[in-house]
Amino acid sequence: MPREHRIILKHADAPEYSNDIGCYERHGGYKMLRKTLKRKAKKDADGNELTPQAQTREEVKASGLRGRGGAGFPCGLKWSFIRHPNPKPVYLICNADESEPGTFKDRQIIYKDPHQLIEGMILSSWANHVNLAYIYIRGEFAEGAKIMNRALDEARAKGYLGKNILGSGHNLDIWVHRGAGAYICGEETGLIESLEGKRAYPRIKPPYFPAVLGLYMCPTIVNNVETLCNVKHILEMGADEYKKIGTPKATGTRIVSLSGDVKQPGYYEIEAGKATLGELINHKNFGGGLRKGRSIQAIIPGGSSAKVFKANETFDVDGEKINVLDIPYDFDTLMACGSMSGSGAIIVIDDSRDIVECLANIAEFYAHESCGQCTPCREGSLWMSKALHRMTHGEGRPEDADYLLHIAQNIQGRTICAFGEACAWPVLSFVNKFKKEFKAKSKKKTVAA
Amino acid sequence: MAIKKKTQTPTETVTVKVDDREVEVPQMMPNWQGKPAPTTVLQACQHAGVELPHYCYHPKLPTAGNCRMCLVHVGMPGRPGPDGKVPMNEDGTTKIFPMQLPYEPDTARGVIGCATDIVPGMEIHASSLETKEMRKAVLESLLINHPLDCPICDQAGECKLQEYSVEHGQAESAFAETKVHKPKAVDLGPRITLDAERCVLCTRCIRFTSEIANDDTLGIVNRGSYNTIATFPGMPFDNNYTLNTVDICPVGALTSKDFRFQMRTWFLKETKSLCTSCGTGCNTVIGSRENKMYRYEPRNNDAVNASWMCDTGRLNYKWIGREDRLKEVRNKDTKISWKRALTEISEKLAKVEPGTTAIIASAQQTNEELWLLAQLRRKLKAFTDSVPRTGKGDNLLVDADKNPNSTGARLTGITTRRMGLRLKRIAEGIESGEITTLIVFGEDVTKHDIGPKLLRKLKLLVASDILPNATTERAHYLLPGCAHAEKRGSFTNVKGRVQKFMQALQPPGDARAEWEFLHELVANVSSQNGFSTIEGLFNKMAQDVPAFAKAKLTWSDLGDNGVTVKI
Repeated sequence: MPREHRIILKHADAPEYSNDIGCYERHGGYKMLRKTLKRKAKKDADGNELTPQAQTREEVKASGLRGRGGAGFPCGLKWSFIRHPNPKPVYLICNADESEPGTFKDRQIIYKDPHQLIEGMILSSWANHVNLAYIYIRGEFAEGAKIMNRALDEARAKGYLGKNILGSGHNLDIWVHRGAGAYICGEETGLIESLEGKRAYPRIKPPYFPAVLGLYMCPTIVNNVETLCNVKHILEMGADEYKKIGTPKATGTRIVSLSGDVKQPGYYEIEAGKATLGELINHKNFGGGLRKGRSIQAIIPGGSSAKVFKANETFDVDGEKINVLDIPYDFDTLMACGSMSGSGAIIVIDDSRDIVECLANIAEFYAHESCGQCTPCREGSLWMSKALHRMTHGEGRPEDADYLLHIAQNIQGRTICAFGEACAWPVLSFVNKFKKEFKAKSKKKTVAA
Repeated sequence: MAIKKKTQTPTETVTVKVDDREVEVPQMMPNWQGKPAPTTVLQACQHAGVELPHYCYHPKLPTAGNCRMCLVHVGMPGRPGPDGKVPMNEDGTTKIFPMQLPYEPDTARGVIGCATDIVPGMEIHASSLETKEMRKAVLESLLINHPLDCPICDQAGECKLQEYSVEHGQAESAFAETKVHKPKAVDLGPRITLDAERCVLCTRCIRFTSEIANDDTLGIVNRGSYNTIATFPGMPFDNNYTLNTVDICPVGALTSKDFRFQMRTWFLKETKSLCTSCGTGCNTVIGSRENKMYRYEPRNNDAVNASWMCDTGRLNYKWIGREDRLKEVRNKDTKISWKRALTEISEKLAKVEPGTTAIIASAQQTNEELWLLAQLRRKLKAFTDSVPRTGKGDNLLVDADKNPNSTGARLTGITTRRMGLRLKRIAEGIESGEITTLIVFGEDVTKHDIGPKLLRKLKLLVASDILPNATTERAHYLLPGCAHAEKRGSFTNVKGRVQKFMQALQPPGDARAEWEFLHELVANVSSQNGFSTIEGLFNKMAQDVPAFAKAKLTWSDLGDNGVTVKI
């Protein structure tokens, strides 16, 4: 029976659990930090000396941890791009700009268990020789920033932060930086620009890969809140134990944000790949199905920028035909089905919804959030939104479906950052999969349709 | 080891393919700061004679990569496999893989030429169907919200939107929505007007202003399609380099208040010239039509001004067309002919006692004119000097020396390192009666210790100038001269750069280029042969002036950008 498997949110919702440091320590918090900082250098199989930090990095790499922010990039690999010792300071940034529509997982951690994030960050900073780390938190999380700051003060007072942490000789401070309410600040190079005090225009890559030329042109690691929390648990369990959770290519747990037309929307921490889309939507342990008399029209599996699935769509996965509801919720299967698990946000759209209205809503969001730096996205995102607005206000034309595809195709892959895909993919997938509904918006019915 | 080192010098080349043609390009080329950096796809294409269209890229500004106009489809050699070998074709050549979208392998993926470094073997499809499609789409996007007001736009005729639309665009757009409206005729600063609707947000102006002019006044406000160039509230865009943003603006968004609605650009005749407002000698282009000058624009010269010039210098041209320009040759009483004036002056000069003449030349005159005056000095054993002009300089282009040719005045021996030092002695000489003849070019000596009282004591006062002043009013012979825009010649800037300028306009009335009548005068007085051409005059001068002779200068060798001599 599919059920939640809580690691990150193990205590978060317990009635007696509070977000102060005393409570966290009573539940075993910062033990792993004390233990890890005492690690000794040891020799690897080839007789090379491995510093305790290198051992930690190896362990994270071996755990198979993949980024929980959206792209699912292997965390250990990301860390390995940074050379040690490095002539420049190395920075760690926790990306807490959770802004993908439909996503509300990181805020659970920040509001309910901030010390778990801090411990994860201290461990990650120590492992990567970071002496200064930032939490870039979205502007709308005003209360979250307050909570984080209070928790950081507590950690400083206890000697978990500051100079010579717990006698280890490692120095670290963490600062909270509040964004000003822009989706693009979740893009890591846009985030870095914003943190530097500039307009959050994503940087061109190459040459500005964060691992080489990140914050203040220094090597920088940007990790999601959930990813950093996982580091603590990997060290606690050991990479081998951790890998047993989930599937070989999607280890550990994922916090899924389930929203839309389900009876029990909310966040559910599951073993990655061990529950299907159908189970997450319909099982009583999760979404609990749709309202009475309703059926699924569409599912957005990974935040609003992920390509939409149509009800009863089938896919070929490794030579097997599977129904959309049978897709296991992991990184690679969703990718193979043409979409992505993204930030883990599932949005369910039932048959009572006007699918064109749904897309118009998404397109309006992306038109509003495009930073406007590069041409295709700046002009295209508003163009699509205006067209969809027109279509949903009785002014549709027979050619509008192809017109939308034309615009979206000229955005994806041609922009500075992945926002181009984020605004083009919903349009491409909605229009391609619901062509009939889009054609039906035409004022004059086409002969062919 | 030594050999290896040699192959790593910046002259090493890389072979890439541009449109199926193999070209060898330098591995490193100058970046915007002139430092060697890995050659980009855009530079490689330029090297091969293929232009990748672009708006935001500018060779003298940091790369932004935002316009996406230089998107180009490329093929790359494969990554080395586990055996360390790159994938090969059956014939033993390196296998080249076209770059495709990772999530849509049938669709070509473009790279931006301005920010992508070349790799050996790379295939750049600058003219392929895929590349053309990308360009067409970017152009369409740039134009959907553009007002298309070319008929009344100052940029029309030199607008990159127009040019690329012809070369890479399409006549129709699918756009069926209402356009975004943005501020128009925005008073950005005292010399600049912004039309935000025409702007393509390439940020060239912002990058120039912050990186070159060291001024952070400009930025972007709002978001997405509503992005607009703006200044900080209450801070006008007002440094001494603002008009350069008009030059580099690829469209009609930033316009010069001075040039706005004055002339359609395609009617302008372009003449290579120099700015005369200070000793830097910025290279310029004069835009003129029907003998009227409409604007200065900087002309690229990396040894002097890169692609820039200051606003002060750029706007300092109105005096050329002033109504009160001197247009007549006159003696004390009346208008006379050039022939009569030159004959009479020659006769009088031939008779003066050696050592009783003083020549006050101007460091605003050309090398050739100053040299001719130096010939007179030799013949007449005259005292010579010129008048210093100093003001404020800056760290970029503006020099504290406000004469364009102080160096030329020194190299030709007209003046010394301490220019103007002899003026007092000349005044004393006139006062004591030792000096009885005074020749003045381009200066009002009444402002420099030689007042009307002294001028009255002279037996002969010859003055040549462009505009009337207290000295020209009292001249026994008045010879109307030319602005630099009305003649040819050369200046030597403060760093010893000898540069020539061309004639854009005809002088008004009877005014003549100074070198023309000066060489006649010198020929008459010294019985040397004259020179009927500026080329001959320059080459003769270059043999005579030691600094020029050492550099073996000739008029033709000066080229468009001049030659530096040791000073």
